[in-house]
Amino acid sequence: MSTASLVFAALFYAAVAVLVGGLAWRIRLYARTPAPLRIPTTPAPRTRGGVALRLAREVALFESLFKGGVWLWLFAWLFHAGLALVLLRHLRYFVEPVWAWLAFVVPLGVYAGFAMLAGLAGLWVRRVAVERVRYISTPSDHLMLALLVAIGLSGFAMKYLAHTDVVAVKAFFLGLMRLDPQPLPADPVLWLHLSLVAALMLVFPFSKLLHAPGLFFSPSRNQPDDSRERRHLAAWAAPLDSHR
Amino acid sequence: MAADVKAPPLREFPETPPALVPGAMSGAKPYVASDKIQQAIGFPGELTEGWEGRALGRMGELLDRYRSLRVYLDSCVHCGACADKCHYFLGTQDPKNMPVARQELMRSVYRRYFTLPGKLFPRLVGARDLTKDVLDEWYAYYHQCSECRRCSVFCPYGIDTAEVTMAAREIMDAVGLGQKYSNEIIGKVHRVGNNLGLPGPALADTLTGLEEDTLEETGASVRFPLDEAGAEVLLVTPSADFFAEPHVESLIGYAKVFHAAGIRWTLSSKASEAGNFGLFIGNYDQLRRIALRIREAALELGVKRIVVGECGHAWRVAYSFWNTLAGIGAGGDDPFARALQSQLDARYRQPTHICELTWDLIRQGALTLDPEANDHRVVTFHDSCNVARGSGMGDFPGGQFTIPRDIVRAVANRYVEMAPDTTLERTFCCGGGGGLLTDELLDLRVKGALPRMEALKEVVDRHGVNFMATICAICKAQFTKVLPYYGFKMGMVGGVHQLVSTAIRLGAKQ
Ligand code: HEM
Ligand code: HEM
Ligand code: SF4
Ligand code: SF4
Repeated sequence: MSTASLVFAALFYAAVAVLVGGLAWRIRLYARTPAPLRIPTTPAPRTRGGVALRLAREVALFESLFKGGVWLWLFAWLFHAGLALVLLRHLRYFVEPVWAWLAFVVPLGVYAGFAMLAGLAGLWVRRVAVERVRYISTPSDHLMLALLVAIGLSGFAMKYLAHTDVVAVKAFFLGLMRLDPQPLPADPVLWLHLSLVAALMLVFPFSKLLHAPGLFFSPSRNQPDDSRERRHLAAWAAPLDSHR
Repeated sequence: MAADVKAPPLREFPETPPALVPGAMSGAKPYVASDKIQQAIGFPGELTEGWEGRALGRMGELLDRYRSLRVYLDSCVHCGACADKCHYFLGTQDPKNMPVARQELMRSVYRRYFTLPGKLFPRLVGARDLTKDVLDEWYAYYHQCSECRRCSVFCPYGIDTAEVTMAAREIMDAVGLGQKYSNEIIGKVHRVGNNLGLPGPALADTLTGLEEDTLEETGASVRFPLDEAGAEVLLVTPSADFFAEPHVESLIGYAKVFHAAGIRWTLSSKASEAGNFGLFIGNYDQLRRIALRIREAALELGVKRIVVGECGHAWRVAYSFWNTLAGIGAGGDDPFARALQSQLDARYRQPTHICELTWDLIRQGALTLDPEANDHRVVTFHDSCNVARGSGMGDFPGGQFTIPRDIVRAVANRYVEMAPDTTLERTFCCGGGGGLLTDELLDLRVKGALPRMEALKEVVDRHGVNFMATICAICKAQFTKVLPYYGFKMGMVGGVHQLVSTAIRLGAKQ
């Protein structure tokens, strides 16, 4: 097997380890850090079920963002919905045989790729053109957009310009999952696509991409408004009661 | 009017976000607390050698104690949804008053010392060392946030800049850089019992005076009881209600409601203050100790219900935090909570907002109201930020919006809403909340009131509104001061129970 195949195999093992380990570490930290006071942004649901619905609306519809402005919401939603479908479409490289519902999603995924890029383009234009957003942008914000755009463009390059051997790609990833590395096609565009994806996985747990798990731990969104009915005490605050 | 205080021109309504004017407010800072004020409430007296390490140490502790801070500092994607939502940004155009930029003052330091990318590539991720210049910026801009939570409504992750502001103030207090206004008041509340430093005997005199005035006005002997053990209701209200205008008109309103409904109530000289500035400085210990005064007063007086007067941040603390801090509420299964909760009457929500109490009585038909008495007024309602976004009322989400409005409509015939982008959960802060109600910040306060003034102007011009009702002592004080800068009469603002007071008929119903 070629050196390149081995390098990519190693790279993806490392990337998965960092992504999974890093996210687990962050999520554990969030879960273990107490929220001593009830601070939902009200009006808030009074029950746990209501909170689950509120979070579901935030994840699927970006409800709060919609209140903030329609254009930003539109670009953000296009990008994320597109991304979600693109990721689903990619599942076909990792399961054998391909599930029936997945086979249904796969063709849709192509349009989703365009939606994703359109959303990213809108977000980027906004970041440069709107004075307020430009002011708060750091170089890493632009790099993150560049990374995602590059992943998308290299993906489309494989689909429409320089076709790659997707059967071999699938064999490579199935091999990785069985701890039995297979050769990866020697295709520079594919290498580019995969290197960028690995970079995305590596930075995920250390960057603002933590917004994805963060949303679920945000006290202003995930707490029910039941402070008068239930006594809510953080572990570090409880012992204070005995001093009085 | 002070010479250097300028009201910005009212803009076209509805407005578009203003252009940036970097540094516009970098010089606006409240007075720093003296070492005496600091030490009286347990903080170091002044900034000394080695403060950087101590500040970072405190920051680390807060990150371990507050999930909000940890998650919020990690999660922001710099999307800018919050950027044009802050009244201080809209009024001052200073980009550092955009909520995300305000957070960034702390996030940049957090990234530098607590995250890998910030340690390795500070420039890339906008990370900064904690220097005296950075601290000075903190002091300026974390005292240009009224902790109103408006930004958190629009943030896709609910990032609440108020939590970051509170943490920043806590860190600054921990290294000896406190704000005079808030910390002096906290000292007073412990020493004297209320924020205004009004001692017990003076309070008793004031209340006797109010009884005489009300008797003269109405012919009914409405009582204003103080420290009466065995009363059913303990009323805890902001101390401004005792003598400031227009606040006192609402106090008279509460007394008339109790009188008409035949409820035995009392004030407490120990708990003669509903306000809790511990919230503003983000200090859990102060927040708790100030709340415990209410618990002690309730236990001593043996009351069955605890009712809170018209005060925004006090209602947030009471509604959302009292159960946690002082066991005032329901559902506690520990000895500390049960000691009080078994005394309180479980048929009522504890604590109760005075508006909840009045509205229940109106619904039961227990009050005789004459809304025509308010016909000289065209009323609008200003939602106070802490009530709107930090608390609730009644049995369903949004009760904090409907209940005060229902009362206003029951006691006044002519009622108008302001623009929907400026009310309910989207309400704009009055510009004086969060510990900023101090004269040296008047310029900021006037500018921060801009969005509310624009919305008010619209209903004044279109509907002839001449009374803006609100249920917050800070809103009342702030508007009284600021309205004239925009060409309005300062008497335009008043309490909901001021309207109740005008409309209620005493003694007619037996
Ligand atoms: C639970 C899952 C997720 C939710 C609810 C979510 C939500 C959001 C929202 C509401 C925004 C702000 C609007 C915007 O700027 O687009 C945002 C921004 C962003 N998200 Fe996500 N996201 C999720 C997962 C992800 C994932 C998995 C990625 C990366 C691969 C990602 C990448 C980004 C990026 C790069 C931005 C910033 C875009 C910009 O620069 O304007 N998100 N996300
Ligand atoms: C290990 C992970 C991945 C592998 C093995 C992979 C592989 C591929 C391959 C082989 C193609 C070409 C498809 C074709 O010719 O029909 C492709 C296309 C594409 N990839 Fe990936 N990719 C991965 C991850 C990602 C990620 C994380 C993203 C998005 C952030 C992404 C976005 C795209 C897009 C937008 C296309 C073009 C449209 C499409 O065919 O779906 N890929 N990818
Ligand atoms: S909490 Fe209010 S004052 Fe503070 S940044 Fe947010 S909107 Fe502005
Ligand atoms: S809305 Fe939230 S995520 Fe977006 S910039 Fe503001 S704080 Fe950051």
